This record gives sequence, C-alpha cells and structure tokens, in this order.
Amino acid sequence: MDISKFTSKKFLAKAGGLLAILVFLATFPIYSSNSDVDIGLIILMYIILTVSWVMFSGPTGYMSLATAAFFGIGAYTCAFLYQKSGPLLPLPAAIIAGGLVTFIFALVVGLVTLRLKGMYFAIFTFGLIMLLNQFMVYYELNILGARGQRVFPITNQTAFYIVLVILVLTLLAAYLIRRSRLGLAMQSIGENEAAAAHMGVNTNVVKIFAFAISAFFMGLTGAAMAPRWEYVDPSVAFNMLYSFMPVLMAVFGGMRELYGPVIGAAIFAYSERALRLRFPYHYMLAFGITLILIIIFLPGGLTGLVPTLKDKLSGLIARLRKGGQSERHANT
Amino acid sequence: MTTEAIVPLLVSGVLNGGIYALAAMGLSIQYGVARVLNLSHGEFIMVATWVGFTFFTRFDINPLISIVITAPLFLIMGFAIHRTIFTTLRKRAPTPGAFEGNSLLASFGLLFAVQNIALLIWGGVPRAMTWLTGGVDILGTRISLSKLVALVVAVSLGVAFYIFVNRSRLGKAIRAAAQDPATAGLMGINTNRVLPLCFGLGILLAGAAGLLLSMCYPISTFIGVRYTIIALIVVALGGLGSIPGSFIGGFILGIVGSLVSRLESGLILVSFYGILMLLLIVRPRGLLGKR
Repeated sequence: MDISKFTSKKFLAKAGGLLAILVFLATFPIYSSNSDVDIGLIILMYIILTVSWVMFSGPTGYMSLATAAFFGIGAYTCAFLYQKSGPLLPLPAAIIAGGLVTFIFALVVGLVTLRLKGMYFAIFTFGLIMLLNQFMVYYELNILGARGQRVFPITNQTAFYIVLVILVLTLLAAYLIRRSRLGLAMQSIGENEAAAAHMGVNTNVVKIFAFAISAFFMGLTGAAMAPRWEYVDPSVAFNMLYSFMPVLMAVFGGMRELYGPVIGAAIFAYSERALRLRFPYHYMLAFGITLILIIIFLPGGLTGLVPTLKDKLSGLIARLRKGGQSERHANT
Repeated sequence: MTTEAIVPLLVSGVLNGGIYALAAMGLSIQYGVARVLNLSHGEFIMVATWVGFTFFTRFDINPLISIVITAPLFLIMGFAIHRTIFTTLRKRAPTPGAFEGNSLLASFGLLFAVQNIALLIWGGVPRAMTWLTGGVDILGTRISLSKLVALVVAVSLGVAFYIFVNRSRLGKAIRAAAQDPATAGLMGINTNRVLPLCFGLGILLAGAAGLLLSMCYPISTFIGVRYTIIALIVVALGGLGSIPGSFIGGFILGIVGSLVSRLESGLILVSFYGILMLLLIVRPRGLLGKR
C-alpha cells in the first residue's frame, strides 16, 4: 500500500538521520578542541536534564523543581564513592550507584509529596533544593570537617562519552515511556486526575514511579559530571539553575514532541556557555527577560510553531498553485 | 535549656517573625487572589533593602519615612508588572492551572531580571547602615531598638492590611476575586484592575518588609531567594491564600528559627522545611487554610 511505503520511507529517513547525528556525536571529541568538547558536554548534560524533566512533568503537569536536588544527590553519591584519595568503586559502578541512590530518594520524596496538588508540589520541590544544600553544608562543616569533596578526575573526552551513553539511554527511555501504558496513564493524569483514577489508573503508583525514573537519569548525569569537575560542594551540586534551566529549555523548545526539549536545551546551553562568563549580569538579566517573553509569546515553544507554519505554508502553496480558484474555497 | 535561656530566644524570634509575617502576607495576597506564585517576591524585598540604604546614606531619610515615600511606588510597580506580564498570561491561558504554571515560570524570569538589575546598580558587596542603635530591656533581655521598632511597624501594617481586606469595599472586591474571579467579574468587579492591584499590594508589603529589614540586618543583593523560600514556607504553613494564617505562620517560623539558631545556625532553613513537611503530611491545607 501507498501509506505503508510512505511511512517506512519516513521511518528510514528518521533512523538514518538519528544514526548520522549519533556518529557525529561519537566522533566529535576526536577532531574537536578540548574547549569545544567541554561545551558539547554541557549541552548534552542539559539535554538529558531537560528530557528527563519533561518525561515526568510534561504529561502529568506536575511542576517539579527538584531537578537540582536529584542532580546534586547523584553528584554527591559519585563524589563519595569515587574519591580522589582512593575510589571505592570503579567509575561505571559509582555512576550507576549515583542513579540508583537518586531513584530511591525520589521514591521517598514522591511518596510524601505527590499527594500534594498543584502549587504545593512546586513549593515543596523548590524547597527541597535549599534543604539539601543547607544540610550538606552543615554535614560537611560539622561532621566531615571540610567544605567540598575532591573527586578522582576524568578527562573531558571520557566524560563526554559517558554522558553521551546516558543521553542515548534517556532518549530511549523517554521514547518508550511515551508509547507505553505508563505514558498514557501519565497523560490521563495530566488531563484529569480524578477521571484517570476512576478509569482504573493507579495514579499514585504511576506518579511516584515516573517521578523516580526521571530522577534516575538526573542522578546519573550528576554522577557523571562530578569526576569531570574534580570538586563538588553544595553550591555546585545543588545549584538552583539546574532546576530552572531544564524547565525553560523545555518551554522554549516545546513539549509536544520529543525533539522539542532537545532543540531548546541545545540552543540555551550553547548560548549560556558562550555568553555567561563574559557578561554575567547582563546575560542573566537577558535570560530572565527572554524567559518571560517566551512564556507570553511562544506558549507552544519552537516546535509548537511547526504545525502553524506548516498550515500557513501549505495554504500559501495551494493558493499559488490554484491561482484564482482558491478564492472560491477560501474557507477550507 | 532553662527559662532564662529560652526567653531571649523567644523575644528575638518574635522580632524576626514580624518581618517574615509581612513578607508572607504579600506573597499570600499575590497567590491567594492574583493566583501568581511569585518566586521573585524576595527580590523585591532585596530591592527595598537597597532603597532603604540609599535613601538613608544619600539623602538622610530614615527607613520609616522611606516606607511612606516608596509605598505608592512599589504599588504602582507591582500593578504595572501584573498588567504587562500576568494579565496577558491570564487572558491567554486555557485553564486556571495552566495560568498558575506559566505565571510561576514568568515570575522566575522576573527573579533573574530584578536580581541582575540590582547587581548592576548596587553591586554584589554587602553593606550595612546604622540607625537606631540603642537598646531596650524587655523581659530581662536587651534587644536593639531598631528591631523593636521594626516589629511594631510590621504588626501595625499587618493589622491595617487585614482590616483593609476585611472591612473596606475594595477589600470585599478583593475577597470576591479570590473566591472566584469569573463570577466576581460578572458581579461588576473589574478583575483587570483588582488582580493587578493585589499583585501591587503584595509588592508593597514586600517593600515594607525590605525597608524594615534594612534597619536590622546587613544588606546584600543575594538575600532574595532566602526570603522567597521563607515566605513560601510561611504561606504554605498558614494555608495558601489565608492572610491571618500567613501572619501567625510568620511568627511561628521566626520563633522556630531563633530556637534552632541557638543550636546550629546552618540548619535554620532545614528546620523550616522540616516543619513544612510535617505539616503537609498531617494537615495538607495549612493551619488556617480552607477546602
């Protein structure tokens, strides 16, 4: 049939495109300078954080601001297990441990908080960052006796490949969840939670589980970044920006398609890296204003523009083709 | 701890609580009526501390007079911010829930905008000013006059605000808009004026809190987020949208904060958060919250 041929072609094109991107990314550290790899690393990191944020908050509509908390827990777990003075575990195990500890922590947080509705949830997750931050400061000063943890260093290239693997896993998980029963259940919770519960969706289990999965990837990322930074302290690990940048990037890219957050994260992470160090105050000022403008004028994000543009474009093409005829069918 | 040790802590807790209460009442009316969970709330407190500092060091105007001078300015600023950002968002949002999410994000953008404008104007170095340095003896403890004055002003502003909302005609319109903006609109209340007004009142209260703060503590450009979180916790503690709840919650948090600071000053926010967590598990709608 025509349609199946068309879809399979489309599928092949998509798969080919993805493969090309993957090959490009995999070979990127080989021919790029160290600072370019560094920028690439940050971009990949933000893409993971954004995609994993959208994984939970996109369909359910629960605004989680706990990304920095999960990121920091992953980073600290890895820092403790992969110390400079002598790693307790090999690196892959330390990173996976970072993800698992975060997963368990998110399950506990989810049990407590996901019964909360709307803004209470946002407040609670927002406070969680500060709570962990302050707790860690206290713990390091009074119990460990020194601020910050030294981590066994790895090169930019190694970190890049680790983060790339995590990114592929995250995208795969996000793709599969969107198509699964879990994804549908989350969607129904976002549309109407009471109705979803009546339809037989166990809303609490779905929410907590999805929340923890998205946290798992955030924790992995934090754990992968810790040895790259060589030093972790509370203000680095539990930086509020890690909570808000993913939200902004997702809003900017648009959350309807999987590639929306990816595009948003890539653009923002690049501009942040390029401009923030040079003009810190002006950059953050522009960041704030851009955020407001995007929310007001681009509610669907960049990818939200695609269908609108397509409509307009095809309308224009049709009009050009049919010439005078189109005026009679102006309403269609 | 003996009684002699606890009394000074309670006194200093109450003194801090006044400012917390004022800050939280501002956030409470912004969220309770205008439905904006304003994450930039603390930044306006921070701006007000710098305004108080500048007025005092440049023009020799003391912070109490500054409150009177700047109150209308803060009100107008809040009104204008709501009209330019949040009114538009409200008109475009398909559901009230979508508006709450979008306005939270927009307020986060506002946080960065305001904080960095302040950094460009006043820089990042903390400063302090000295006014009313004398002390008074209360319940056997010596407390600074400036903190006492700040408490008195905070309480009287809080009570005045409560009376305004509960007794005046405009206050009735505000309460109606809080209950149901759409129906309030049908009853002849101009919600496009009342909601920005509430946001402006919130900024006004934040401004007052900031000016009182500038009398008592060193001034820094980075205190905003701390006060935003304190205000958020107080508001959630007292019940979202309940003004008396925020007032009482402010004092509870102030006292808890000073008791904890005696043990370990680094754990103040942790303890606030612990209280909130307990409360949300036991009584999710807050102390005086409805529903």
